[in-house]
Amino acid sequence: MADGVYTFFKDGLRLDGRRKDELRPLKIEAGVLKRADGSCYLEHGGNKVMAAVYGPREVHPRHLHNVTQAIVRYKYNMASFSVDERKRPGPDRRSIEISKVSREAMESVVLKERFPRTAIDVFVEVLQSDAGTRAAGINAASVAMADAGIPMKGLVTSCAFGKIDGEVVLDLCKEEDNYGEADVPVAMIPRTGDITMIQMDGHLTFDEFKEGMKLAIRGCDQIYELQREALIEKHQNDLKAKE
Amino acid sequence: MSDNDILTEIYRDQMYNLLQRQERGDGRALDEYREISIETGVLERAEGSAIVTIGDSKVAVGIKMQPGEPFPDTPDVGVIITNAELIPLASPTFESGPPGEVAVELARVVDRGVRESKAIDLKKLCLVEGEKVWLIFIDIHMLDHGGNLLDAASLGAIAALLTTKIPNKQYDLAEEDEPLPIVDIPVAVSMIELEGNLLVDPDYIEEAVASTQLTIISNRDGTLSGMQKMGSGPISLELLEKAVELGIRKGQEIREKYLYPLMNEIPRL
Repeated sequence: MADGVYTFFKDGLRLDGRRKDELRPLKIEAGVLKRADGSCYLEHGGNKVMAAVYGPREVHPRHLHNVTQAIVRYKYNMASFSVDERKRPGPDRRSIEISKVSREAMESVVLKERFPRTAIDVFVEVLQSDAGTRAAGINAASVAMADAGIPMKGLVTSCAFGKIDGEVVLDLCKEEDNYGEADVPVAMIPRTGDITMIQMDGHLTFDEFKEGMKLAIRGCDQIYELQREALIEKHQNDLKAKE
Repeated sequence: MSDNDILTEIYRDQMYNLLQRQERGDGRALDEYREISIETGVLERAEGSAIVTIGDSKVAVGIKMQPGEPFPDTPDVGVIITNAELIPLASPTFESGPPGEVAVELARVVDRGVRESKAIDLKKLCLVEGEKVWLIFIDIHMLDHGGNLLDAASLGAIAALLTTKIPNKQYDLAEEDEPLPIVDIPVAVSMIELEGNLLVDPDYIEEAVASTQLTIISNRDGTLSGMQKMGSGPISLELLEKAVELGIRKGQEIREKYLYPLMNEIPRL
């Protein structure tokens, strides 16, 4: 905890010079992997994540298939070197939970009934982490899905809000996340305004929650624009290459 | 389609029809819990225990404590370890083996409630700084799956913690066993969303029909300490805010009716 030694604001700005409602810098690139049907590389602050989408393809193991619609699978994985202290490779309880909520965040936009008996597999690899990896993963996965040409009702966009020094702020960085009082990752469909993921831990009043949701929605709108731009750029480049 | 899927489809129609009149299959109001019962101190080998039933759901929670090493980054606080088992005894859909994603999520949400509400004063559970602290194991076993296992598990965890005695004698640490330093009482309230309605404490069928479920964890002072949306369905901001408000209100009711009475047996609060 802060204990008075740690202060998160200087002259009204945060440790990294951001305003309370400001996102960290983002960079999104679509179609970065050759083998995958769709892919995306995304940097968000100090996060570096890669997403790949395979499918719709045959379901293995077979018994998992659904005769009425596609199944969506989502694997979030942190590389052992993505954190300060080496992480033991393989799934742990945290990544199992993140994979589940991320999949559920994406599923509602996918037109699954178009592809019965198939699987759509999403793989998210965190290469470098800096708080907010699940949001970065979802943002990348969403672009990779679109890049794979999978029909969707809209893109899914995610960012978090939190509380530090009693103030509600957008998009926590690592120090803020470690010592902050609350962390609330949110995912939504900017096109409809619907929320597809919400988790919270920490301590918030109802009013702080409402204030934070406003910040998160505005943050998502900004990220959404960057996701669109990345997809447009990819397709423009494809067209140029053909000419 | 399995039998279960077909049943779900039939019930879905029935539920939608009932919802037109703001009714539910078992006659409850939309914001009404099924009957809740909490028995504590039922398992003698555990330091604290509870068997909770909510309607047809039944969950057993046991608390075991032992001295152990603290985490390097928090050398002076006790450690909470929460695990949930969806054992095959409780439902034909549960399988043996390592916990699946549903069990992992359930345990982590219950854990978050206890941890983030700072329900236990973990600093008081330090024995030798950097070397020895109390480890608290919260183990949750589902016995009967009648829907909304999460609230039953969470209620069981906090009820068991409220009645836990630190086993000082067993480890030659003090003359007497003493209660855990409990400072807050988080309550998890789960609900499903159907056609713009929020249904508190979904039963087995309601849970199977719904694609959006929300759990709101709140504290004694009405603040939030945890939240989780489950299921692939989306929810509007308006309804989410309504759900949070409802969750806080129902949490307070449950705390007053079922958990405060448990505390009267413990003079320190």
